[in-house]
Amino acid sequence: MDWLYDPRLRGIASQIVVLLLIAWGLYEIVANTQANLVKLNQNFGFDFLGKAAGFDLSTSLVFYSSNSTYGRALQVGFYNTALVALIGIFFTTILGFIIGVMRLSKNWVVSRFATLYIEIVRNIPVLLQIFIWYALVLKPLPGPKQAVNIANSVFISNRGIIMPQPFFGDGTLLAIILFVAALIGTWVFRRWARKRQEATGQAVPAWLISLPIIILAPILGLMLAGWPVTWSFPELAGFNFKGGMTLVPEFIALLLALVIYTAAFIAENVRSGILAVSHGQSEAAHALGLDGGKTLRLVVIPQAMRVIIPPMASQYLNLTKNSSLAVAIGYPDLMYTTGTVNNQSGKAIEAYSIALIVYLTTSLVTSSFMNWFNARMKLVER
Amino acid sequence: MSIAFVRTADAPLLPAPPTVVGWQAALRHRFMPTPLSGVASIVVGTLLVWVLWTILDWALIRAVFVAPDRVLCNAEGAGACWPFIGEKLLQWVYGFYPHSERWRVNIVYLMGAVSLAGLLIPRIPWKGWNAIFFFVIYPVITFFLLLGGRFGLTYVETSQWGGMLVTLVLAVTAIVTSVPIGILLALGRRSEMRVVSLLCTLFIEVVRGVPLVLVLFMAANMFPLFMPPGVNPDKLLKAVIGTALFASAYMAEVIRGGLQAIPKGQYEASQALGLPYWKMMGLIVMPQALKIVIPGIVNNFIGLFKDTSLVTVVGIFDLLGIVQSGFNDPKWASAQTGNTGYFALAMIYWVFCFGMSRYSMYIERKLNTGHKR
Repeated sequence: MDWLYDPRLRGIASQIVVLLLIAWGLYEIVANTQANLVKLNQNFGFDFLGKAAGFDLSTSLVFYSSNSTYGRALQVGFYNTALVALIGIFFTTILGFIIGVMRLSKNWVVSRFATLYIEIVRNIPVLLQIFIWYALVLKPLPGPKQAVNIANSVFISNRGIIMPQPFFGDGTLLAIILFVAALIGTWVFRRWARKRQEATGQAVPAWLISLPIIILAPILGLMLAGWPVTWSFPELAGFNFKGGMTLVPEFIALLLALVIYTAAFIAENVRSGILAVSHGQSEAAHALGLDGGKTLRLVVIPQAMRVIIPPMASQYLNLTKNSSLAVAIGYPDLMYTTGTVNNQSGKAIEAYSIALIVYLTTSLVTSSFMNWFNARMKLVER
Repeated sequence: MSIAFVRTADAPLLPAPPTVVGWQAALRHRFMPTPLSGVASIVVGTLLVWVLWTILDWALIRAVFVAPDRVLCNAEGAGACWPFIGEKLLQWVYGFYPHSERWRVNIVYLMGAVSLAGLLIPRIPWKGWNAIFFFVIYPVITFFLLLGGRFGLTYVETSQWGGMLVTLVLAVTAIVTSVPIGILLALGRRSEMRVVSLLCTLFIEVVRGVPLVLVLFMAANMFPLFMPPGVNPDKLLKAVIGTALFASAYMAEVIRGGLQAIPKGQYEASQALGLPYWKMMGLIVMPQALKIVIPGIVNNFIGLFKDTSLVTVVGIFDLLGIVQSGFNDPKWASAQTGNTGYFALAMIYWVFCFGMSRYSMYIERKLNTGHKR
């Protein structure tokens, strides 16, 4: 009876048991689902994606009307999720760094303010914060007729912020080419500047030179092409605005809540990252004659980044996932459109599987990108 | 004449300059070490005062404290509408639970509070028995007591539960189930059995890769399709299962972190003593690993408690849902009702979460014994 106590055989046996259990569970689920679908008079399939959706969405980055297909609606939802996530990540990083550095400040008022901010914001559910910002953003705004009018081109009302929309005609390509060329050029220039500084110690104000070039290059391109830009200005027509582009209040509320909430967590990451850099580093920088800002920028932050990046990546993912709370205030992100598609078509399994795969892919892509970035930033030791 | 000079008496002791000692120096050091920092003090201080004043003005000075209905709250320039909270508070605590049966909820709250206090305060003995009560017996008692329909208790549908009750039921169930499932998943992920570790990894990564709202929606819409025809699980039950599975995946990762921190020698030593796998894990590895990750577990609990608010989205009246449902009450609907409700709600959540985080820091200091030599 020795084989009964052979760990290898036991391992194989228990794995087979697990597999059988899983297979049985899956079989039950598939069988039940089939029976249920037959009872509901439905069949499994993704054909419905090509059918007309028949519902409207309040805002979209690409053309969408109620005649568009379900697939298009989901696409609009994905773009809206991506929009709020990317803009949110940009602003929350900046705010998080500012608050994190403020928390470590020697100035009592500044550090207390940051502590207060962090302790209040991260202990309140983000959904509640979204609702609060939605109430604060939407409530005080006037109706479209009494909209706050800024130079007849920007209108702020409870329909959102309506701004002139640029349309780019022929010749825009030249501007894009010049812009890309400027980006490459400044990258090369800054590499050269850094090499020169490392070799000779003479610093070139690389930012001061490259930033105007990056901004001016596309403008120059547009001017050479004869300014092929036309603007669509918003106009009040009846009870709503026509033309222009709209930032709906739902977007603003969601963005504010996500940025403010996530920044509190990023601030804590930044703080622990900076504290992880040994005190001798900043003392050495001071001894070399660097002032406070330069010490932080050139010595402390680059080393702190190695500690900050991994948790920061998971905060970015959290922000992206939390953006699905848009469903609560009706911003048509992926979650919201998936829900509407499910309600309209009754295709629960298909619609939610698509959402699942999209969120999962986004998460995996983001985390592998951050892993790559992290590996690049890692301390290279001799 | 020589220019040589040797001091024969001590130089007189001068008082330290006022820039270094005294309250002025302390003030200066704190608020204005450099001119730029002074400017920052003024700017940030002004912002802080303005925010605090706006809140104070709204919540106390312009607030309505006594009112029979919405009329006073709806007046121009009125601040917070506190009577709304006063009238709705019991509903927030008990939901739509029948008046005559609220004693059952009270017993549940009381038992939970006493047992939890016994678990959390280090000086109180009988931790083991208390843990068994809280994690095993208490959920069972709660289930029968709240649902009723047996032992002479009237049946109360889960759709009548609400408010704090649902929030706590969700949070406690998720906490109680996520720890054991999390432990199993973490062990499974580190297991040498390929199939088991693959399945556990797959589950953990998929769940962690999607938002909780999606899990809740899937539980609400897809779960009934997976059941045998005719079986339609309870709405609250679906949300509880969704939250518990979600929490388990996160818990598994925290616990795995603890497992990885245990030196290999511990495993080898227990194997050398002839302990089988489950005894090695239960008696040697887990006690050490769990102790390391207690702060992480408490952090998870805080996140979980906040996340229970998301069930509002699938139409369950948890604390957030029930507060919002009160806004439409024609008796109280006014310009300030919503703000007042959200403000009070934010304070409630804040007290819970801040309390938990402080407790976690306290226990972290207290347990900081092993591994640091």
